[in-house]
Amino acid sequence: MTAPAAAAEHYLAAHRAFLGNGAGAAPAWLAALRARGIARFGELGFPTTHLEEWRFTSVAPIVATPFALPHGGGTSPAERDLEAFLLPGAGRHRLVFVNGRFAPRLSATAGLPAGVTAMSLAEALVRDPEGVRAHLGTSGADAASAFAALNTAFLADGAYVHVAAGTVVPEPLQILFVATAEPEPVVAHARTLIVAERLAQVAVVESYAGAEGARYLTNAVTEVVAGEGARAEVYRIQRESLGAFHVATTHSRQGRDSVVHVHPVAFGAALARHDLTAVLDGAGSSCLLNGLYLGDGAQHFDHHTVIDHAQPHAESHEYFNGVLDGRSRGVFNGRIIVRPGAQRTDSKQTNNNLLLSEEARADSQPQLEIYADDVKCTHGATLGPIDEKALFYLKSRGLGAAEARALVTYGFGAEILGRMAIPELRAQLDGLVRARLLGGGGSAG
Amino acid sequence: MLEIKGLRASVQGTEILHGVDLTIRAGEVHAIMGPNGSGKSTLAQVLAGHPAYTVTGGTVTYEGKDLLGLAPEERAREGVFLAFQYPVEIKGITNAYFLRSALNAIRKHRGLEELDPIDFIGVLEEKAKAVELGDEMMNRPVNDGFSGGEKKRNEILQMAVLEPRLAILDETDSGLDIDALKTVANAVNRLRRPDNATLIVTHYQRLLNYITPDFVHVLADGRIVKSGGKELAHELEARGYDWLRPEAAAV
Ligand SMILES: Nc1ncnc2c1ncn2[C@@H]1O[C@H](COP(=O)(O)OP(=O)(O)OP(=O)(O)O)[C@@H](O)[C@H]1O
Ligand SMILES: [Mg+2]
Repeated sequence: MTAPAAAAEHYLAAHRAFLGNGAGAAPAWLAALRARGIARFGELGFPTTHLEEWRFTSVAPIVATPFALPHGGGTSPAERDLEAFLLPGAGRHRLVFVNGRFAPRLSATAGLPAGVTAMSLAEALVRDPEGVRAHLGTSGADAASAFAALNTAFLADGAYVHVAAGTVVPEPLQILFVATAEPEPVVAHARTLIVAERLAQVAVVESYAGAEGARYLTNAVTEVVAGEGARAEVYRIQRESLGAFHVATTHSRQGRDSVVHVHPVAFGAALARHDLTAVLDGAGSSCLLNGLYLGDGAQHFDHHTVIDHAQPHAESHEYFNGVLDGRSRGVFNGRIIVRPGAQRTDSKQTNNNLLLSEEARADSQPQLEIYADDVKCTHGATLGPIDEKALFYLKSRGLGAAEARALVTYGFGAEILGRMAIPELRAQLDGLVRARLLGGGGSAG
Repeated sequence: MLEIKGLRASVQGTEILHGVDLTIRAGEVHAIMGPNGSGKSTLAQVLAGHPAYTVTGGTVTYEGKDLLGLAPEERAREGVFLAFQYPVEIKGITNAYFLRSALNAIRKHRGLEELDPIDFIGVLEEKAKAVELGDEMMNRPVNDGFSGGEKKRNEILQMAVLEPRLAILDETDSGLDIDALKTVANAVNRLRRPDNATLIVTHYQRLLNYITPDFVHVLADGRIVKSGGKELAHELEARGYDWLRPEAAAV
């Protein structure tokens, strides 16, 4: 057997064990969903760099490691160890998952306003099976990605956020997926379903983190459904261990006049691949993908985005900035589809990469597929070292060379953070970005 | 205040300035006019210390110091300010934050206490009003998405905040409508003091209707070919530059 085939067999065997382990008690529709997932994974197998979609990103290190589901969920972190991973700016209510399993003791959901459901998927399957069934796994993400299919195959738990029609959630909800250091490399199939019904409004902060240096795999899938006139903001803070692998799919589907904002900020992991798909399936809907990746050492970030304009009068704005130091690498692929009939589409895409070292590298590719004639689509990408014109401008105002460099570099991050609507969270991320880019406290901001 | 002697400068191996002589004393306003490509911006950029230009000869003395021996940021801290012909965008950094950083760098150099954001906002609001830039412009990234006129007014705002000893305005009037022109002129006039000086690069006499220069110079082919009083600007407006070409002047 080839290495990828042997690795696939490892997961197929793990799946048989998983079903035998009590997971078989699931309702029939869920069992069918899982069966579809494992079948699709079996068909696709792990991607290789021969595939266009994976040309720049080799998952060989993931394939080479036999990641396993942790026995009994693995070790549980003490509450104080959790502090480092929580974002106080992200609200009081939180769902915490340890190695993919819900940790009720570490979570806080008391006092949620009426109309707001935030609980583990396992619990939701009991309490609101029809609500879950209506949306879980309906995004079609499994069809496109072997990793998403694998996530569905192992679907047992995850986060469920449901906001009833017309309900405005005043505070953000935080979902933390944390990985612990285990003797054997473990995998967590993190799963999130966010549903904002008609005219509902909600902000969710997903974060992914792990014990420093730990080697594990996070295989995440998030599905977001925004009903007519709804507004959903998803902040996604990836602070995995630098020894970890992070593969993720975020899929959103929007109804008429709805608004979806996704803010993926990637700091961590040795290798992080994030596929984002936004389907604008309602006239007048609007979406923002606003991402930042900060690489150093040998880190590798790959963002593949698809914005699918299926209905007229919708707008999409997409901004991804990368700051790459060391030998790190950033890959960005931005596909925009404008379906026949999606007239008056207004779409804008930019990907700007700042290369702070000679060895850092960025690859950026727009992919426009436009089948309607009355549309406005713009895109642009830059990559290169710090702009000398900008440096001279700042120096000519009295800023020292080091301060000028720091300011321009920090500006790459600040530009993205500036589009975030929650001031406390923005301030906190600003601190993280500064610490990363300016080393320590820094003075910019 | 500023003494330029025999200044030669080149860019990418081509000499642009072929020996410029110019003396500016405290309290004076000088205007430089001249055809496109004659080297006006080159002179301005060389004075500000742009690394793309190589000085190949001559001296520049500023307040008794060798200006050419100072790094660009040192020149700024010593009170030299250049309003750029083409202001640069700084993504992600707000105007307010940028200006406070710049002012504090200069204050620190002068042994003054740095201003915190609260103190600074007071300074900024007052100066922004003078150049008629709204508060919301202060929280937008530096020059990002600003219109041509807004960028120029933003340069003057920076000048008003940083209070330079020697201000060099490179075509700050270009692209301004008549109201913006008056606003800019008023701001410049308000900053005039006996101990500072202004060098204005312009193509149009109309700015000089509002800011009266003490001297007008013509820069052509990298040299100052004629100097005079404010009436020279009127003459240039009427006659153009052809009569000043070396061969024409010889006839
Ligand atoms: N960075 C540069 N690289 C190459 N050539 C340059 C550069 N800067 C200036 N030059 C050249 O030097 C000459 C003088 O340019 P400069 O910008 O100083 O003219 P100017 O008098 O300011 O013109 P304008 O009135 O059009 O602003 C021009 O021929 C220009 O093309
Ligand atoms: Mg010029």
